[in-house]
Amino acid sequence: MAVVADKPAVWCKGVVKTYGKGDAAVRALRGVDLEVHRGELLMLVGPSGCGKTTLISVIAGVLDRDGGECSVLGEDFRALGPAGTTRFRAKNVGFVFQAFNLIPTLTIADNVSVPLLINGVRRQEAHRAACEMLEKVGLGARTGELPNRLSGGQQQRVAIARALVHGPRLLVCDEPTSALDHATGGKVMELLAGVAKQGGLSLVVVTHDARIFEFADRIAEMDDGRIVRLSAGQSHKHAAAAPQQGAK
Amino acid sequence: MIRLALRMLLGDTSKLFGIVMGVTLASLVITQQGSIFVGIMSRTYAVVSDMGAPDIWVMDPKVQYIDDVKPLQDTELFRVRGVEGVAWAAPLYKGLTRARLEDGTFQNCVILGLEDSTLTGGPPRMLEGKVSDLRRADAVIVDQIGATTRFARRDADGRSTPLRVGDEMELNDRRAVVVGISGNTRSFQSQPLIYTTYSRATAFVPKERKLLSFVLVTAGEGVDPASLCRRISMETGLAAYTREEFKGKTVRYFLENTGIPINFGIAVGLGFFVGTVITGFMFFNFTMDNLRYFGTLKAMGAPGGRLLSMVVVQAVWVALVGYGMGVGLAALMGQLSKGSPLAFHMPWQLLVVSGLATLIISLTAAVVSMHKVLSLEPAAVFKG
Repeated sequence: MAVVADKPAVWCKGVVKTYGKGDAAVRALRGVDLEVHRGELLMLVGPSGCGKTTLISVIAGVLDRDGGECSVLGEDFRALGPAGTTRFRAKNVGFVFQAFNLIPTLTIADNVSVPLLINGVRRQEAHRAACEMLEKVGLGARTGELPNRLSGGQQQRVAIARALVHGPRLLVCDEPTSALDHATGGKVMELLAGVAKQGGLSLVVVTHDARIFEFADRIAEMDDGRIVRLSAGQSHKHAAAAPQQGAK
Repeated sequence: MIRLALRMLLGDTSKLFGIVMGVTLASLVITQQGSIFVGIMSRTYAVVSDMGAPDIWVMDPKVQYIDDVKPLQDTELFRVRGVEGVAWAAPLYKGLTRARLEDGTFQNCVILGLEDSTLTGGPPRMLEGKVSDLRRADAVIVDQIGATTRFARRDADGRSTPLRVGDEMELNDRRAVVVGISGNTRSFQSQPLIYTTYSRATAFVPKERKLLSFVLVTAGEGVDPASLCRRISMETGLAAYTREEFKGKTVRYFLENTGIPINFGIAVGLGFFVGTVITGFMFFNFTMDNLRYFGTLKAMGAPGGRLLSMVVVQAVWVALVGYGMGVGLAALMGQLSKGSPLAFHMPWQLLVVSGLATLIISLTAAVVSMHKVLSLEPAAVFKG
């Protein structure tokens, strides 16, 4: 996948994050330098506890860094403040979680409309937009169903629709395929990569799943709170993937 | 987001049932026990309520409540009649006596002696006979509850026959003939009530130097009863209260000098406490189960205030439904107990208090949960 703009979507320099204090302190990030370009799909890989989740939390603005510099889509969260960061997240960041985190008592259309409702869009309009997005991920016929009636792959497609419905510029995915079998995971990644390519948004994907590395533009390998290696991915293989080819 | 909050709540039927039941239970106990308490308290001034005519009750200043009779000299009646603004004033005798029934059994009862000429202060309604029948020789009117319970005759086979018009009894060795049955409010003491004339009442009871219990006063047209009370007190040195003031004084006496408020207070307090604990626990559990989703919403950019409003909406919904069910059940119980000796009175003020208590219970439960939602780190959603 080609880089679509010069200015990086995410720019981190010497980012430090420590949990706890004194003897119990754990340094999760020990000076991370990273750039994610616009339209790029970057995968963060590495062993458990190496700081991947902490890094995407800092990048997504859900966790404060202790030191270093970090700018996301040209904004520094420290300058925005907590309320500004919350507003920024609502408008610009989409989330895909390992366990989908779909609200089980809401229909999938209602689940998908949540980011729009958070942004103050009227219910009917949000519902219409959610149905359109579900159509794009191949679930247009099932908008009224509850999440637990869907397979894992379908639920993750709903989660992707929810992450994209409000037109974010950055998508943060935490282990999006770890709860899925290989074939389904591959299709979910095809969908994500296709969306990123079409919409020009940047994706940061945390994963342990080596089977999906082929979808990455670049792979950042982390260890002990640092990025130890940055390599090119093999995304050109899937350049033609389209959103409608989602998993069953 | 409000709709979303309600869908989250209504979607989990089993938890919703538990939470609503907790609030319903609390609301039921608070309203039902409160209604019984109010019912019992309103019985303490049943005689005052039933005596509709007078605006003002005049009595010895040391009287603390309706049953605490401190007799006055008969001449006090004329002094009260002389106060400007008094339209009329009538004597009332109220005392305890012992009735000997036809089968030889004795029964304590309350006797009310009404002014001979006007019969002012008579029963609120007559079920049999007329109030004016009291002018007949040895005539008395008995309240229906007394006639069907304490005054009822027991046959050998255990069946009871109520006292009827025409039956006789002895009051202090003097013959009394029942000429009417009255419908009265059940009293706190539950003793049968006997109406007769003032002169006959004073003959039925042992002789005392002073026999006048109360002076019943009606204010003249355009005269404010409260200011007339002050004038009567000032000019006669007696205590004068409007009907509502006397009721209030009677209730206060019972509140301050009996264990009734404590006993009911404990029951109501327990209802409140149990309701709060159950609801709080269930609501907290519900929020904990949904914490992941609240975290997801928070990560997606929902501000803390929006999440709080969701929790509050859920709590208020639970409060409204639980309150409605609790009050409905309490009202049903009250309806079913109609005609029984159970004291049950549900005024709107009690419904307001019970509604506020229910809301406090639900909001307390919500506050505990809110703390969890507010302190939730949005990054926690990435931890699975």
